[in-house]
Amino acid sequence: MADTNPIKQFEIHPIAEFSVAGLNLSFTNSSYFMVLAVGLTIGLLAVATSRAALVPGRAQSVAELLYEFVADLVRSSAGNDGLKFFPLVFTLFAFILMANMLGMMPYFPAPDFHGFTVTSHLIVTVALAMLVMVIVVGYGLFKNGLKFFSIFFPAGVPAPLYVIVTPIEIISFLSRPISLSIRLFANMLAGHILLKVFAGFIVMLGAAGGALAAVGILPFLMVVALTALEFLVAFLQAYVFAVLTCIYLNDALHPGHH
Amino acid sequence: MAQPSPTGYEDAASGVFPPFDPTYFASQLFWLAISFAVLYILLSRWILPRIGSTIEERKDRIADDLDAAASLKAQADEAVKTYERSLADARAKARAVAGDARAVAEREAAEETARIEAELAGKQDEAEARISEARTKALGEVCNVAADVAASVAEHLAGVKVKKADAEKAVDEVRS
Repeated sequence: MADTNPIKQFEIHPIAEFSVAGLNLSFTNSSYFMVLAVGLTIGLLAVATSRAALVPGRAQSVAELLYEFVADLVRSSAGNDGLKFFPLVFTLFAFILMANMLGMMPYFPAPDFHGFTVTSHLIVTVALAMLVMVIVVGYGLFKNGLKFFSIFFPAGVPAPLYVIVTPIEIISFLSRPISLSIRLFANMLAGHILLKVFAGFIVMLGAAGGALAAVGILPFLMVVALTALEFLVAFLQAYVFAVLTCIYLNDALHPGHH
Repeated sequence: MAQPSPTGYEDAASGVFPPFDPTYFASQLFWLAISFAVLYILLSRWILPRIGSTIEERKDRIADDLDAAASLKAQADEAVKTYERSLADARAKARAVAGDARAVAEREAAEETARIEAELAGKQDEAEARISEARTKALGEVCNVAADVAASVAEHLAGVKVKKADAEKAVDEVRS
């Protein structure tokens, strides 16, 4: 019953092993899906925008819709000067969305024919979250100098309250990378475990045979419903990551208007 | 972060919950950095400017078309205004011409009427003069006839020859 093990789908297997200076940098199924996500994103967008028609076709409309969607997101959360970070936000959104969507395929033309969700590994989401936080802090200090720390002193608060408010602001700032990474990771992990658990029930009930096999329709319906939900979550988590990135970038751009 | 392997997970690569298995952390970070960097560079240098310029071009084109439409509309409005102005001018001119024509016609009609009335009055006077002349002449002839008759009556009854001048004098005495 190894196939019904809900955790097996998160295992990483090396495809081509190599290490540099003692670090294991093997090309794994995770790397395969990362490279595939990049290749598919670039490939699809390149094909969609290759004609650059004045009146867009279907594929070009989708590409432009995606562009406008992310551009509006950046503009509404971080203002017009936030648009210098538009490529970053778009890259984050596209990469996470594509990785999540590729993870929705239970079987896939990959080594072992098994799907894999890049974003279901904490190290990946932590790396992405840290990238955002490093850019926020780095750009905030570069642009505003020490004024950047005014995000810890919200305006319009009576002076004595800063004793309470400032530590809270600092804690909330420090917990941002944690919540940003855990949210994406936990959503993908839990969703995929849930899918696999219910799919396992179908197999087990089917193996039991008789009347129990007929009950197997219930977890099947559940898996169908959960799959729809997981597609939504796959999009939603990419969107949430992009939105929060924009909001954090807004702090770096305009620390005064906290 | 690594958890002790619960039973059933023995087939996992190193016996820990895979997302917390540090074996491939370095590999994941390494390949994530490469793929993310490649994606960022390709998107920001190639794909996004292409989509952006297409959208920008379309926006410019639409704005140009709107401008052209607005200027055409302004021209059309101007043309309508000019047309209405010339129409009003023409109407005023027509009214003036009609007024002049009426005045001229009235004047001519009055002159004609006066002329005809004068002519008719002249004819009437002439006719009256002729009538009175005819009457005078007729009266004279009546006197002659009466004198002749009186002379012949006197000759037949009294056998007296009366001269014509005497007879006429007698008639005139009787008449007056």
